Amino acid sequence: MNEIFGMPLSVIAGQTLLGLVNGCFYAVLSLGLAVIFGLLRIVNFAHGAFFMAGAFGAWMLHRYLGVGYWVALVVVPVLVGAVGAGFERSLLRKLRGLDPIYGLLLTFGLVLVLEGGFRLLFGSSGQPYPVPESLRGSVQLGFMILPIYRAWVIAAALSCCLLSWWLIERTPLGAKLRAATEKTVLTQSFGINVPLLLTLTYGVGIALAAFAGVLAAPILHVNPAMGSNLVIVVFAIVVIGGMGSMFGSIVTALVIGVVEGWTRVFYSEASSTVIFVLMALVLLLRPKGLFGREGPA
Amino acid sequence: MSEALLVIRDLCAWYGPSQALHGIDLEVRSGEIVTLLGRNGAGKSTLLKCVMGIVSQRTGSIRLAGRDLLGLAPHEVGRAGVGYCPDDRGIYASLSVRENLLLPPVVAGGGMSEAELMALFPNLKARAKSAGTQLSGGEQQMLAIARILRTGARLLLLDEPTEGLAPVLVERIGEVLVDLRRRGYTIVLVEQNVHFAAELADRHYLIESGRVAGCFDSAALAADFNRVAARLGV
Amino acid sequence: MKRRFALPPAAVRLFIAFAVLALVVVPWLPQVVYPVFVMKLLCMALFACAYNLLLGFGGIMSFGHAAFFGSAAYITGLATKHAGLTPEVGILAGTLGAALLGALIGSLAIRRQGIYLAMITLALAQMVYFLFLQLPFTGAEDGMQQIPRGRLFGVIDLRDDRALYYLVLVLTVAGLALIHRVVNAPFGHVIVAIREHEPRARSLGYPVDRYKLVLFVLSAALSGLAGSMKALVFQLAALTDVHWHLSGDVVLMALLGGMQSVLGPAIGAAVVVSLQYYLDAFGGWVTLVTGVIFMVCVMTFRSGIAGALTRPADDTQAPARRPD
Repeated sequence: MNEIFGMPLSVIAGQTLLGLVNGCFYAVLSLGLAVIFGLLRIVNFAHGAFFMAGAFGAWMLHRYLGVGYWVALVVVPVLVGAVGAGFERSLLRKLRGLDPIYGLLLTFGLVLVLEGGFRLLFGSSGQPYPVPESLRGSVQLGFMILPIYRAWVIAAALSCCLLSWWLIERTPLGAKLRAATEKTVLTQSFGINVPLLLTLTYGVGIALAAFAGVLAAPILHVNPAMGSNLVIVVFAIVVIGGMGSMFGSIVTALVIGVVEGWTRVFYSEASSTVIFVLMALVLLLRPKGLFGREGPA
Repeated sequence: MSEALLVIRDLCAWYGPSQALHGIDLEVRSGEIVTLLGRNGAGKSTLLKCVMGIVSQRTGSIRLAGRDLLGLAPHEVGRAGVGYCPDDRGIYASLSVRENLLLPPVVAGGGMSEAELMALFPNLKARAKSAGTQLSGGEQQMLAIARILRTGARLLLLDEPTEGLAPVLVERIGEVLVDLRRRGYTIVLVEQNVHFAAELADRHYLIESGRVAGCFDSAALAADFNRVAARLGV
Repeated sequence: MKRRFALPPAAVRLFIAFAVLALVVVPWLPQVVYPVFVMKLLCMALFACAYNLLLGFGGIMSFGHAAFFGSAAYITGLATKHAGLTPEVGILAGTLGAALLGALIGSLAIRRQGIYLAMITLALAQMVYFLFLQLPFTGAEDGMQQIPRGRLFGVIDLRDDRALYYLVLVLTVAGLALIHRVVNAPFGHVIVAIREHEPRARSLGYPVDRYKLVLFVLSAALSGLAGSMKALVFQLAALTDVHWHLSGDVVLMALLGGMQSVLGPAIGAAVVVSLQYYLDAFGGWVTLVTGVIFMVCVMTFRSGIAGALTRPADDTQAPARRPD
C-alpha cells in the first residue's frame, strides 16, 4: 500500500523525517531551557538568540577563517557557552532572588541586542552554509529517501540529550545540580560552591543551544531571526510538556516536531499554528502539562 | 581544659526587620558536647544558622579555631570544617540515599569512610538506592548525621536530632553521639528534650528570647533540673 | 533605607496640567513638533498604560499584548476600508474585537501564573501573528494599506490632521481617565488585594479568576483602542503591529516609565517612541539600542523613572524578594 489518506507514503515518511529533525532541534533547545529554568529559575528568552549565535559562529569560522564543520561543532559551543557563562556571572546573577520576571526581561533585552547586532553586521537575509563533505548525499530506503545529514542531526541531537540526561541523573556532579535545585541554601552550607555551579549550568545550557545552532546551519538559512521563531515554539513545548521534567521536554519536543510535519502534509497553512492550538488544549485539559511535576501553577 | 573551638561574641541577628538574637555570648571547647536549651522560637536554630551563614543579617563575631566565620561566603563555612544537620533533616527527594550520603564534599582528613558509615548505620546500606525521602524519620535522621561525618568536619551542629523519634531511636542517637565525642568530635546540640540533653552533654546554655539566660554544666543542671525544666515549659 | 528624591503629589498634578495644555496646543505649532508624531505618542502612551493596568497594577505579566493592539488595527481597517463604515464604528469594532480576544487569551492564560502565564500569552500572541500573516485581507508583509480616515459621525473629515489629532487626544485622555478610575474604584482595591495575597483574597470569597479576567479584558480593550487609533493615523495596519517585538516594546515602556504609577508608562512610551523615531535614521541600530536600554533598565531602574521620582522615602516599594 503506497498511500495513506490519499498521500503517498514517501511524502508522509519524508515529512515525518523532517518533523523529527525539527523535533530534535526543539528537544535540545527545550532541554537547555528546562535545565536552566529548573536550576536558576530563569526563563532564558535568549536561548534562541544563542542558538542563532551558534549557527553564525559556525558560518563565520567557515567564511573568515576557513575552519570546517567538525571543528566548529566543538569550538563554537565552547565559545558561545563561555559568553553565556560570562553573561550569567556579570548580570543575570544580580537578579537572583528577585521575581523571575526580571530574568525574562533581561534576557529579552539580550535577544534584541544579539539580533540587532547580528543584523547590523550581516543583514537580514540568510547566509548559506554548506553541508560537510562526509555527510552529503542520501540513502535510498525504498519507501523514502533519507538525506544523510538529516540522519546525522537526529543521531547527534539524541546523543546530546542522552548524554545530558546521564550527566544529570547518574553522576555526582549531576547529584550536586539536583541538590542545588531542590534546596539551594542547604547545599551551599555543605561547602558546595553553588553560585559557581549555577554559572556553569547556564554556560552549558547555552553551549547546548549553540551546538544545536551549528547542527542547524547547513539546514536552515543562517539569519538573525532564526532563533526567535524557534524559541517561542520551544516555550509552547515546555508549557505542553511540563517544566519540571527533562524527559517530558524531550519527548514532547520530538512528538511536536512530528505532528508539525504531518500537519504540513495535510493542511499546510496550519502547520505554524498547530502547536499553539495544542498548547491551548493542554492548558484547558491538563494545566500542569503532560509530564508536569512543577509546583507553581 | 581544652581550648575553645567555637567562640561567639555579641551575636545579633535579624530576619528582615525583626531581631531574633540580641547579643549572644557563647563558647564551645574542643571535644565537648554542648546543648542549647530553650522554648520554641527562643533563637536556638537561628544561632546555628548564623554560624553556618544561612542567616546573613548578623553582627558580632563568630570564630572557629580563631578563624572569623562572619566574613566567609556561605559555601566556605562548610569547607572550614563545620557540619550541619537542619531540624527538618534536609534529606533530598531528588537524590538516592547513597547520593545523599556522598553529596557533602570531604573538607578535611579524618572523616569516616563510606564503609565505616554503612557499618555504623546498617539501615542505610540496605536502602542505598531508594530516594532519600522514602526513608522513615529515624532513618533520615541517621542519614543526615552520617553524611556530615564523612566530610571530616570536626564541629557538628545538630538541630533537634531526636525530634519526633521513638525512644529506641533516641537512645540509638545518644549512643552515636557519645561515640562521636569519644572520637574527638565537638558537638553543639539544639534540644527540646531536656532529659536527653542532661544525660549526654557536658554543658548547657539556656536560650530565652534571643539571649543567653543561663549556662551550667551537667552537675548544675541535675541539681536544678526541675526549675530549668519549668522554664522550658516541659 | 535611602532617601530618594520624591516629587510631592501637588507638583505631579501641576505637571500633568501643563502637559495637557501643551498637548492641546500642539496642532497650532507644527513647526515645533509634528502632530502625527504626537498622535503616535498618544496611541503608544495609551497602549503602555493599558498594558501596565495588567502588569504594574494587577501584577500579571503578559508578553503578547501586541495581539490586542494589532488585531484592533486590522479590524478597524477591515471595517472602514472593506466594509466602508465610518471611523467611530471602526474604532468601536477594533476595541470590541480586542476585548473579545482579550477574553479568549485571558481565560487561557489565567489558568497559570507568573512566568507560565507570560509564556502562554507569548505563544498565543504568536498564533495571532501567524493568523494575520495568512489571512487573505491582511496583505501579509505589505500590510493593510490606505485605510481611509473617513468622516467622523459622517460629518467631521478626519483627513484634516488637526481634527484627527483632537479625536486621538480626547480618546487617549478618556482611556487614561478610565484607567485612573478603575485603579481607585472598589474593583481596583480588590485587584490590589489579589495581587498582594491571592490565597487570602480567595478565602475571603472573592471570585479571583473573574476579577483577573475582567482586568485582562479591560487592558486588552484599551490596548485595542490604541491600535484602532493608530490604524487611522497612519492609515496602515501591518504585521509589525502584532509582532512580539512590539509586545516587548510595551513592556519596556512600562518598565522604563514606572510600573507603580498610572501615568508612568506614558513617560516610558514617550521615551521609547522618540528614541525609535530618531534612531530610525540609523537603520539597524534601533533594535540593538532598544535592547541595551532594556537591559540597563532592568538592572538599575527597576521601578522606572516615575517610580524613582515619586516613591516614598522608605523602601516599601522595593521589588519583592523570593524567599529561598
